[in-house]
Amino acid sequence: MDLLRFSTAGSVDDGKSTLIGRLLYDSKGIFEDQLAAIERTSQRRGYQQVDLALLTDGLRAEREQGITIDVAYRYFATPRRKFIIADTPGHVQYTRNMVTGASTADLAIVLIDARKGVLEQSHRHAFIATLLGIPHLVVAVNKMDLVGYSEEVYENIRAEFSEWAQKLDVHDIQFIPISALHGDNVVTRSISMPWYQGPSLLYHLENVYIGSDRNLIDARFPVQWVIRPQTTEHHDYRGYAGQIASGVFRKGDEVTILPSGKTSRIKRIETLDGEIEAASPPLSVSILLEDDIDISRGDMICRPHNQPTVANELEAMMCWMADAPLRKDGRYFLKHTTRTVRAVVDDLRYRIDVNTLHRDQAADGLGLNEIGRVRLRTSAPLLLDSYDLSRTTGGFVLIDETTQDTVGAGMVISAGPEQQYVPLGDAMEGAREDDSEVAAAA
Amino acid sequence: MLTLQSDVDRSLNRGLTHLDALEAESVFIMREVAAEFERPVLLFSGGKDSIVMLRLAEKAFRPAKFPFPVMHIDTGHNFPEVIDYRDRTVERLGERLIVASVQESIDKGRVSEEPGNPSRNRLQTTTLLDAILEHQFDAVFGGARRDEEKARAKERVFSLRDEFGQWEPKAQRPELWSLYNGKLRKGQHMRIFPISNWTEMDVWQYIERENIEVPSIYFAHQRDVFRRDGMWLSPSEFLPNGPDEEVQNMTVRYRTVGDMTCTGAVDSPAANVQDIILEVAAARITERGATRADDAFSETAMEDRKREGYF
Ligand SMILES: Nc1nc2c(ncn2[C@@H]2O[C@H](COP(=O)(O)OP(=O)(O)O)[C@@H](O)[C@H]2O)c(=O)[nH]1
Repeated sequence: MDLLRFSTAGSVDDGKSTLIGRLLYDSKGIFEDQLAAIERTSQRRGYQQVDLALLTDGLRAEREQGITIDVAYRYFATPRRKFIIADTPGHVQYTRNMVTGASTADLAIVLIDARKGVLEQSHRHAFIATLLGIPHLVVAVNKMDLVGYSEEVYENIRAEFSEWAQKLDVHDIQFIPISALHGDNVVTRSISMPWYQGPSLLYHLENVYIGSDRNLIDARFPVQWVIRPQTTEHHDYRGYAGQIASGVFRKGDEVTILPSGKTSRIKRIETLDGEIEAASPPLSVSILLEDDIDISRGDMICRPHNQPTVANELEAMMCWMADAPLRKDGRYFLKHTTRTVRAVVDDLRYRIDVNTLHRDQAADGLGLNEIGRVRLRTSAPLLLDSYDLSRTTGGFVLIDETTQDTVGAGMVISAGPEQQYVPLGDAMEGAREDDSEVAAAA
Repeated sequence: MLTLQSDVDRSLNRGLTHLDALEAESVFIMREVAAEFERPVLLFSGGKDSIVMLRLAEKAFRPAKFPFPVMHIDTGHNFPEVIDYRDRTVERLGERLIVASVQESIDKGRVSEEPGNPSRNRLQTTTLLDAILEHQFDAVFGGARRDEEKARAKERVFSLRDEFGQWEPKAQRPELWSLYNGKLRKGQHMRIFPISNWTEMDVWQYIERENIEVPSIYFAHQRDVFRRDGMWLSPSEFLPNGPDEEVQNMTVRYRTVGDMTCTGAVDSPAANVQDIILEVAAARITERGATRADDAFSETAMEDRKREGYF
């Protein structure tokens, strides 16, 4: 059994909570006492049927307001897979929560209300999913019961969305017509939509192939912690502990340690359960080297002929998560892999309208939930890859120096000295070009 | 070259299960904490979740010792089997154990017991916060899981607390990728939940896979019990049965181990870990609903207690 992490995004009332409730309910992820509690609440509120959506709104304030306002994680399993759902609110004012939920997801479900069709927010949800590098997209066209299970309605939505999605760098889109309320095409194929030949949503979630999503080419091992037992038995033991970010490491491999550039060979790869021959993501292991080199947290082990860029300048897409806006010359802590340095914003290239993908080059800041491209300079070198190569070595966060809060999430586009950056003239004109660049960040 | 790559992929994928992925994530979290905090501590109750945490700490730090002590918040209302298990386990691992006692907090007048409520769950908060202050702990590992309860579903892995231990659900830091922000201001500390993404089923499957010993009360045994508030409770000096509450001898087991006075037994013949896994697969009542008397009070009970600094 393997693990699939997926995120869900939909606008208020598209039926996201109902859909998740149904997945949990039909896969027995809901228990009797939870069901009894929401039955009581549904009755008290005078609903005609049990509101499965109540299962998924956790916090009191949210229950009072009746909306989901933070990322909530849910779990269920079928005999084929374990699932982790990042349930994220869809309104534009919660873009940062959507970005958070998307950051670890293998797949995103974008919900569309069949009666309303493709809306601006559907674009936004899909854009965020691709920006955060989610390899698989599912467009669930919900409330098909309310449009008479019409093939035509579904096909129109599908055509319109597909046309628009060509702007994005997304390789795998699956469209599924569903009714979350009645269960059509959620777990089992619907008898009301014989014209639909594809899989049910759950079947797709269980079978979508994610094995090739892992990067097994670019070997990267950020050192987290050095294990030094300092006992007579393990006198000279130095284990470099960490999680494989990407690529494969094998016993005997020649390796380069960054930023020093020194080289050595892998003597052993250890886990509590003994030595292993090779390690790939997501394993957490300890690597022991042939040579006695000074290595500490924040260093990275990689292969001599495939290294990240060592640089203290970078271009990145940035999602802003704090009330106080990001501005040119702003100073922050930057955490990237196991390294934390200081950073300054050298330039805000543009702000992107998350609904239309229009770029505003005149923007002088990024406010809460806004996304844009920035240029950063850091106090010490980082070991950077582009985000499309690796989420781990291409993603970073900015931390406010005073409040210590996490204020921004960044995705590296390129690293190194300033190349000639040519701002595009008319933003809409350049939309396509724009998008390929954004897609490159995603 | 390409075929070679996919061979590697296949060979590496074989046998990589959801438990491997969860374990790797939890080990990563523990190492981040060891690296970024000055004085972490790992809370250990003797329950299955904290038992898994100890194994994960071994995975993260062996062959060295843990870079932090283990702490038990002792309510005084313990199952003797659990205390016995605790002492043997810490001894076997050769790690340092700190016991923070609720009884001492009561004796010192830091807290007082509510008349009529034998449960000391609420009182643990003060004992824990006093211990954090006394030892100047800045990071406290807990074995809570997000599937346990609705309020937890939104809690971060690194959960920031003020000096009263309070959790502010509205002011949580965004947590992206595996980039955990461990920065603290004066007076703050961090609660760390490395097994946030595990479910009850994952925990038992892991215990089975790793062949880890658990306290005997998790397995079916004969015990005197009486019925109160829809639960089977064990009579003791802390919780005598009332005149109308008839004591029966039954085959029961526990799904959680906590304060004896509010932890209910379940009527179950499960005699080993495999039986428990089958039972969990078929179970229709959450472990909290089944066995924790103080959660049943209100739908928001857990959220209220968390705001107060309870785990
Ligand atoms: N007819 C119909 N109603 C639905 C369907 N899915 C959700 N709803 C209803 O739409 C409303 C909003 O659903 P909810 O799940 O709360 O939406 P959310 O805001 O996206 O979480 C509720 O009244 C649901 O019962 C569906 O497939 N068909």
